[in-house]
Amino acid sequence: MNRRNFLKSATTLSVGASLLPLAQLLPQAAQAASNETAVVVFGGTINSLDIHRSGTNRASYQVAINCYDRLVSFGTKQTADGSLSYDFNNVQPELAESWEISDDGTVMTFKIRKGATFWDGKPVTAHDVKWSLDRAVSLGGFPTVQMKAGRLESPDQFKAIDDETFQITLPFPSKLALPDLATPIPIIINSEVAKANATPDDPWATEYLHRSPAGSGAFKVMRWNAGEQLVYERNDNWACGPLPGYQRVMLREVPAQSTRRALIERGSVSASQNIPNKDAKELAEKAGVKVVSTPIENCIYSLCTNLDFEPFKDKRVRQAVAWSIPYEKIFEQAAYGQGVPMWGGADQVTSIAWPQKSPYEQNLEKARALMAQTAYKDGFEVPLSFNLSVADWAEPTALLIQQGLAEIGIKASIEKIPGANWRTIALVEKKLPLHLENFGGWLNTPDYYFFWAYIKGNLFNSYNYDNPEMAKLIDDTLDMAVSHPDYTPNVTRMIEIAFDDIPRIPLWQPTLNVAFKEGVEGYEYWFHRQMDIRPLKPA
Amino acid sequence: MSLGVKSKRVLTRLLQAIPTVFGILVVCFILTRALPGDPAAYFAGDMADEASIEQVRENLGLDQPMPMQFVTYVGDLLQGDLGVAISTGQTVTQELAKRLPASLELTLGALLLALTIAVPLGVLAATRPNSWVDHLCRFLVTAGVSLPTFFTGLALLYVFYYLLGWAPPPMGRLDMMFLPPESITGFYTIDSLIAGDWALFKASLAQMALPLITLALFTLAPIARMTRAAMLQTLASDYVRTARAAGLSRRRVLVTYAFRNALLPVITTLGMVFSFVLGANVLVEKVFAWPGIGSFAVEALVVSDYAAVQGFVLSMALLFVALNLLIDVTYTLIDPRVGEDS
Repeated sequence: MNRRNFLKSATTLSVGASLLPLAQLLPQAAQAASNETAVVVFGGTINSLDIHRSGTNRASYQVAINCYDRLVSFGTKQTADGSLSYDFNNVQPELAESWEISDDGTVMTFKIRKGATFWDGKPVTAHDVKWSLDRAVSLGGFPTVQMKAGRLESPDQFKAIDDETFQITLPFPSKLALPDLATPIPIIINSEVAKANATPDDPWATEYLHRSPAGSGAFKVMRWNAGEQLVYERNDNWACGPLPGYQRVMLREVPAQSTRRALIERGSVSASQNIPNKDAKELAEKAGVKVVSTPIENCIYSLCTNLDFEPFKDKRVRQAVAWSIPYEKIFEQAAYGQGVPMWGGADQVTSIAWPQKSPYEQNLEKARALMAQTAYKDGFEVPLSFNLSVADWAEPTALLIQQGLAEIGIKASIEKIPGANWRTIALVEKKLPLHLENFGGWLNTPDYYFFWAYIKGNLFNSYNYDNPEMAKLIDDTLDMAVSHPDYTPNVTRMIEIAFDDIPRIPLWQPTLNVAFKEGVEGYEYWFHRQMDIRPLKPA
Repeated sequence: MSLGVKSKRVLTRLLQAIPTVFGILVVCFILTRALPGDPAAYFAGDMADEASIEQVRENLGLDQPMPMQFVTYVGDLLQGDLGVAISTGQTVTQELAKRLPASLELTLGALLLALTIAVPLGVLAATRPNSWVDHLCRFLVTAGVSLPTFFTGLALLYVFYYLLGWAPPPMGRLDMMFLPPESITGFYTIDSLIAGDWALFKASLAQMALPLITLALFTLAPIARMTRAAMLQTLASDYVRTARAAGLSRRRVLVTYAFRNALLPVITTLGMVFSFVLGANVLVEKVFAWPGIGSFAVEALVVSDYAAVQGFVLSMALLFVALNLLIDVTYTLIDPRVGEDS
């Protein structure tokens, strides 16, 4: 059968298609966005199929999510607007069928799911789990840092007791350990395949797994044309969840946002990942397109005032800045009304929900009065910087902040910093006096956010904030169970300090926007902000 | 001029290119490292700490002093190893082998299309000054230079894909229903013809149509203008007047005497236009999701992906050396004066 004849008959062939060899299967995608095949477009590029490899970019995390299983996962909940979201407070089994945590909270024992196999048919054993977690803590880079967040630091902590039983020993109990096992990082790899392809120089088979995943997950990678597309094929023997709704998902890289928008509007594709606020607002009104916007958990777009910059050493100046910002206008013009306002809250902190509204709003009287009390009543000049790769919201925001600051005598000059340099200048060297920042924590607890953003030296404390009381509170609370009697008072106090000292001025909580063609169901928001294609299904 | 002398000249020209290429290597190596930004910090990822950044730096070999890095680089290069482009996770050789044909297919196609329109248009405009053909030529030339390619691209996309639905979805070199042909030249159109697969040929051509027209519109302008000017000049020259006075046919005067001489500046322009088009490619590639070399290089530059940038510059240097050589050789074929005095 040649390609042409095949195409002619392709429409009548759909049931028997799965019996055809690979090369002839692809033309099936002719009915792109049909019941069998979904087409997803996105603006990034997949640069590796191995999340543990150094240099693997964020967009590539979705391969780890869709092609590998972890020991545990999160359940699903419905959000206020009826869309679905993962549920941080509900840890569910994935490759582990069940688990037990010792009374002192330091030993976690997992039973591996019976009948779970890798794609090549080999049963998943505790030895594979041990090898995979060893790899995550040994390879360095981001995987190791993320593992450390769950107090998983050394291979000595992992033990395969027998084929079905796996044990983790923690140095001390931590509420972050179990949820950390559900992040994209601790994937379970087929260790026999990996070991067979390891070399003395490359004991963790990074070169092999970079191109050839070896997992047990719901989808396999059928084709990867770097820089163009990735084609997922369903693993019909997946043991860890309900069978995904699509037989095949094609992930296409389309760099231009306007092109992606044309594609979804014309109905040529099933979904467009991570679209800008402006498009989310406009597409939501079009027929045939459905936009799901979910507030990103534990994430706030903020303006940060660097305490190494002389005027910002004075708390009153920082507060004056917070009172000068035209929040309302920023939310309309930079966020296009998508997201959750983070200003104009109550004076008292009454809940530990995070993020929550700060007590600030635009009040120039108050701002001027505060400035008048300081040594800077005649104003000062300061550069206001933002990261060019997030210019879509940062640029209009910066311009409006500039106007607000001018009202209280602060002359801000706008500095755009290229994406590649941002990390080094803003986060590592921490030398930007005034800048826009968008940190969001994967593990959804307020203390985790405060850990990264309010302890001196930590990466997202890009403003050199240092407060011993805050540091002690975070240190005490980070591993503490949420049910501990001290937990709520501690977090409340952290929020109070954060709002009073206000080194990081909250603007709004952003949303993750995804556009779908009518008839694609089941989308679920995840903290990692990548598309989990497993629950997607045709209507 | 004998064949031996000719090939000797070609060889000399090639040898002359070696110091040029080496110079480009050195400059490019230093320039990429002079870029602000720290690739190790970038590739270590968002949450990485100091230790893991150091580890990445070591993996990339960036902890070595610069002269050492250069020696390693040239050593690898001599073995044909261009390194790994971290931003895309592939070796630079693989990327170039895949993306250069994609870009060249567009560029050469656009040049060809532009030539077939621009040259006759220029000739017609020159022979009939101030007629409607001349005005049309002026209009196209003005439009071609003044419209930025990404705009033309988006406008064409909007009309022919979004509104009319004539063009296929702008998602790269092939529609999703096709598999690429077996790679021989790397040009999908040519490879599909070699494979004798008409459906595939049509599909790749359909995918190419809009980007091709976008680029051709841009390319057309300088070629048409140059042809027109050169034709006007030769038509006013002594030898054309003499030929006319000698009573040669209009056709003979135009083609043999005027056009052949007018071609020389056009060929020169073509060399330059080629480089413009390759540059303009970047934007067109972005709009049409074309997996070409331009977008690859820009992305690599943005994240300070040294190996990728160096590989790109090297391949471009070689390409242009080859192109200049080709133009020189074409000159000797067209212009009888070149070469005779040696």
